[in-house]
Amino acid sequence: MGNYIKDRKLAEDEWMPFTGLEDSDSLPTGDIYVPLEEWVSARDMLLGRNSRLGVSLKNTDDVSLIKDDLERLDLVVLEFPKMADGRAFTQARLLRDRYGFKGEIRATGDVLHDQLFYMQRCGFNAFELRSGEDLTGSLKAFTEMTVTYQPATDEEFPIWRRDT
Amino acid sequence: MYQYSEQDHQLLLERVEQFRGQVQRRLKGQLSEDEFKQQRLRNGLYLQLHAYMLRVAIPYGLLSAEQMRTLAHIARKYDKGYGHFSTRQNIQYNWPQLEDVPDILDDLAAVEMHAIQTSGNCIRNTTSDPLAGVARDELEDPRPYCELIRQWSTFHPEFNFLPRKFKIAVSGAVHDRAAVAVHDIGLRLVSNAEDETGFEIYVGGGLGRTPMIGKLIRDFLPKEDMLTYLEAILRVYNQLGRRDNLYKARIKILVHETGEDKFRELVEEEWQKIKATGLYLREQDIDRIKTFFIDPEYDDLPDSDLEFENQLLGNPEFARWADKNLELHKQSGYRVVYLSLKSAHQPPGDVTADQMDAIADLADKYSLSQIRTTHRQNLVLSDVKVKDLYGLWLELKDLDLATPNYNHMTDIISCPGLDFCALATARSIPISQEITNRFDDYDFVNDLGDLSINISGCINACGHHHVANIGILGVNKKGTEVYQLTLGGSAREDASIGKIIGPAFEADQIVDAVSDVLTVYLDKREDPEEAFLTTYRRIGQGPFKEKLYG
Repeated sequence: MGNYIKDRKLAEDEWMPFTGLEDSDSLPTGDIYVPLEEWVSARDMLLGRNSRLGVSLKNTDDVSLIKDDLERLDLVVLEFPKMADGRAFTQARLLRDRYGFKGEIRATGDVLHDQLFYMQRCGFNAFELRSGEDLTGSLKAFTEMTVTYQPATDEEFPIWRRDT
Repeated sequence: MYQYSEQDHQLLLERVEQFRGQVQRRLKGQLSEDEFKQQRLRNGLYLQLHAYMLRVAIPYGLLSAEQMRTLAHIARKYDKGYGHFSTRQNIQYNWPQLEDVPDILDDLAAVEMHAIQTSGNCIRNTTSDPLAGVARDELEDPRPYCELIRQWSTFHPEFNFLPRKFKIAVSGAVHDRAAVAVHDIGLRLVSNAEDETGFEIYVGGGLGRTPMIGKLIRDFLPKEDMLTYLEAILRVYNQLGRRDNLYKARIKILVHETGEDKFRELVEEEWQKIKATGLYLREQDIDRIKTFFIDPEYDDLPDSDLEFENQLLGNPEFARWADKNLELHKQSGYRVVYLSLKSAHQPPGDVTADQMDAIADLADKYSLSQIRTTHRQNLVLSDVKVKDLYGLWLELKDLDLATPNYNHMTDIISCPGLDFCALATARSIPISQEITNRFDDYDFVNDLGDLSINISGCINACGHHHVANIGILGVNKKGTEVYQLTLGGSAREDASIGKIIGPAFEADQIVDAVSDVLTVYLDKREDPEEAFLTTYRRIGQGPFKEKLYG
């Protein structure tokens, strides 16, 4: 508990991860997210529920596999198995920039203070920090750098085109 | 040169503050060395054998005299009075104290310099032709494009945690002085049939354990598409580059394993989707950056100067230097001057603080207050009037910066090796010094002509031995330092990877082995005009093998 930041604030995580789906009776109530394989195999069953749905992707999953489902999803969870493994940065940008996803994009795994600035620029708006990270200190990460050169999810144009 | 905007300054100051916080957390023990490593490695700070090493970026190798003075000040105040110019046109300090590093970064920021992205698995400092803007064989000045790449790549949020480090080089001339073929991405300005300028794009070159020449994946890319195309390449690499094995993580392995054609397809497919985004370069975007690199007001001078001619005739030592260390300039009456950092008295690329200050003064006095660094670890004064050459030479001689050996055998590239580096398995600086001392006869070196010798102290190949005509690789074999010899490499437009000639040599035999190689060349060359590489390519390894091992 207490390692979750959403929209630059400490927040309560309302979502529950869920795996091991067998039939519709085994589904819990409330907002759940499931791994991509379960989403693909039990899409209709999951959509029959009355609460919000999310999908978690491995960083090797092709995000285009869920592009047509994004309107029905409220959360996509992306993983950083190691801090140095930056594949999910690209996944987040594709979800936002290419497929127009408007829901929550959450970073999980080896998520530390020092990546948050880059993550938010790529479209992440929620973060499960690695345990032991100083949460309040980490909030500074969003504002300690204010100058950005290149376009990303938060800026359509590079710095040289912003004031012309 | 490029002048920082207010925002460029602000970015540096914010970065220094951020890093100062990280250093404080480390010094107070709130960050372990392992956790701190992730942070310092994004800011050019390595832990070496004896101390921290700080690598400072010199974007595309261009320095003002004022910046050079700051580099001297840092060497004097925070280091042991010298710095080391690297093969990536940067400078490295071998002895800073951790607690001083934020102050060093403050001093650098005051002159628009930094250590951002000089290490770590991100896009590194973009390198270029040290003769950019003054070369006679230049199609277009590459520096505006380098600057655009610098801005695009600095803190790029998507590409700061790549599978491995990523190096980009840009050349705008017929002759490749930027080694574009051995970079992760190499860009060469070319013109097409309609006489428009654009880029040839090479991907997947590199040295290290698995040396490869870059593959031409696009033969003409309009300039306006440069950044969207780079973004597409990086995006493909970030998704598909290998992360399971450090030694297979560079883009060269991805290109190799995917296949050139398939890789090209992947890039083109991604590029089609992003080519019309905000990264597309409008003509005015390019023109605005070009205004920072317009030609200075050159004096209208004849190309020959009677006094200079007489100085050449009257002073053989000056004539030798002029013959070796000058290059023609696009402007009549001017010359490009190479300052050799390869004297017998200092390790290749090392410059003392006093020399740096003096070089800054010489730049002010003779060369429009600018200095360039080269990937062969020398310096350049790019705009010297012919009539000033003699005076400049006298001063360079006093500074031990006038060794007449540019692009000759004693102009050796050497990594720091086991004397400094935590990765090295053998010493490299002592070997380079032994070669320089053994072959100190000007006439002999001159007669050998255009010839490169590069030395690496381990298989990571920071000394670029793979692309030397004669490459030396130090390895550790059962506790003894031994040296492998490779022949036939080139880092120029005819780029090639040298081949190992045979079993390695002991430290006390390697210079004799080099001498044997030279003997074979002198014996076999068709005439004194035939360069070593040409002879080697003509006759192959056989005669060299026979002499060395027969």
